[in-house]
Amino acid sequence: MPTFYGTQITSRMMLGTAQYPSPAILAQAFRQSGAGIATVSVRREAGGEHAGQDFWDLIRALNVALLPNTAGCHSVREAVTTAHMARELFDTPWIKLEVIGHADTLQPDPFGLVEAARILSEDGFQVFPYCTEDLVLCDRLQEAGCEVLMPWGAPIGTGLGLNNIYGLRSLRAHFPDTPLVVDAGLGLPSQAAHAMELGFDSVLLNTAVAQAGDPVVMAQAFARAVEAGAMAYAADPMSPRDMAAPSTPVLGQAVLS
Amino acid sequence: MTITINGTPTEFTGTTLADALEQAGHADAKVATAVNEQFVPATARATHTIHPGDRIEIVAPRQGG
Repeated sequence: MPTFYGTQITSRMMLGTAQYPSPAILAQAFRQSGAGIATVSVRREAGGEHAGQDFWDLIRALNVALLPNTAGCHSVREAVTTAHMARELFDTPWIKLEVIGHADTLQPDPFGLVEAARILSEDGFQVFPYCTEDLVLCDRLQEAGCEVLMPWGAPIGTGLGLNNIYGLRSLRAHFPDTPLVVDAGLGLPSQAAHAMELGFDSVLLNTAVAQAGDPVVMAQAFARAVEAGAMAYAADPMSPRDMAAPSTPVLGQAVLS
Repeated sequence: MTITINGTPTEFTGTTLADALEQAGHADAKVATAVNEQFVPATARATHTIHPGDRIEIVAPRQGG
């Protein structure tokens, strides 16, 4: 099972908490998936409103590790301030660092991401950077203090799966000892299984589960796919080849022609 | 004085960030704060002086991906 900043998690699946049809379905999806980490955020609250406290009560009852994010931040300053507010609210040094660089694709701003990661790491945060699969960027993030890398599979919320399998495989090869998480873009359990077959340590899901017709069943489906993919990677899959090779022995075949 | 709380111009008669939170109905709420884009920890609210034109952000736990 994956270990993030010295904390071992009992599941390879991270699950977001947004977009569910109801709080009850959110809770059921977590229970049925066995997800070990929940991503959360901070947002404005009006006076007299208790949405924050209600959500806090719900999320604590899940008994999972919390990973607050800086979703929606487009600048280093925004992300750093949001991270500080999240650390105080959720009482954790973990932060899923998002510094968005492009409004249409929600692609990370690599320059701002590295700068924010360095500032936060030096301030005691344990940074989970939402990044692309760019090797140089990931090198810089490690130098900035990140001990986990979270490349996208595809843009957030698209469900397109793994857009750059070569890049993700290269990342695994170049960072053999760093926990790697596919964050964003997964839409189907088969895509999650593929990420795990590439040797990733975990996947982070939200829209694919929350927006499914039956989020609870989809959460279960993803959980099984993630475990299947991880088992397959550990079992050392055969190498593909271009030419056919009979699996049934040729020796001893009756001559009937 | 006029300050801005979560994007809304607000008349404020107190002195500190703690006063502003109480006026806005967040006295005992689970919230975090920033003033003029700078994080202000809960332990500093009672001593953080508010000035005219200050922009206060008050946030709470929410769903996220």
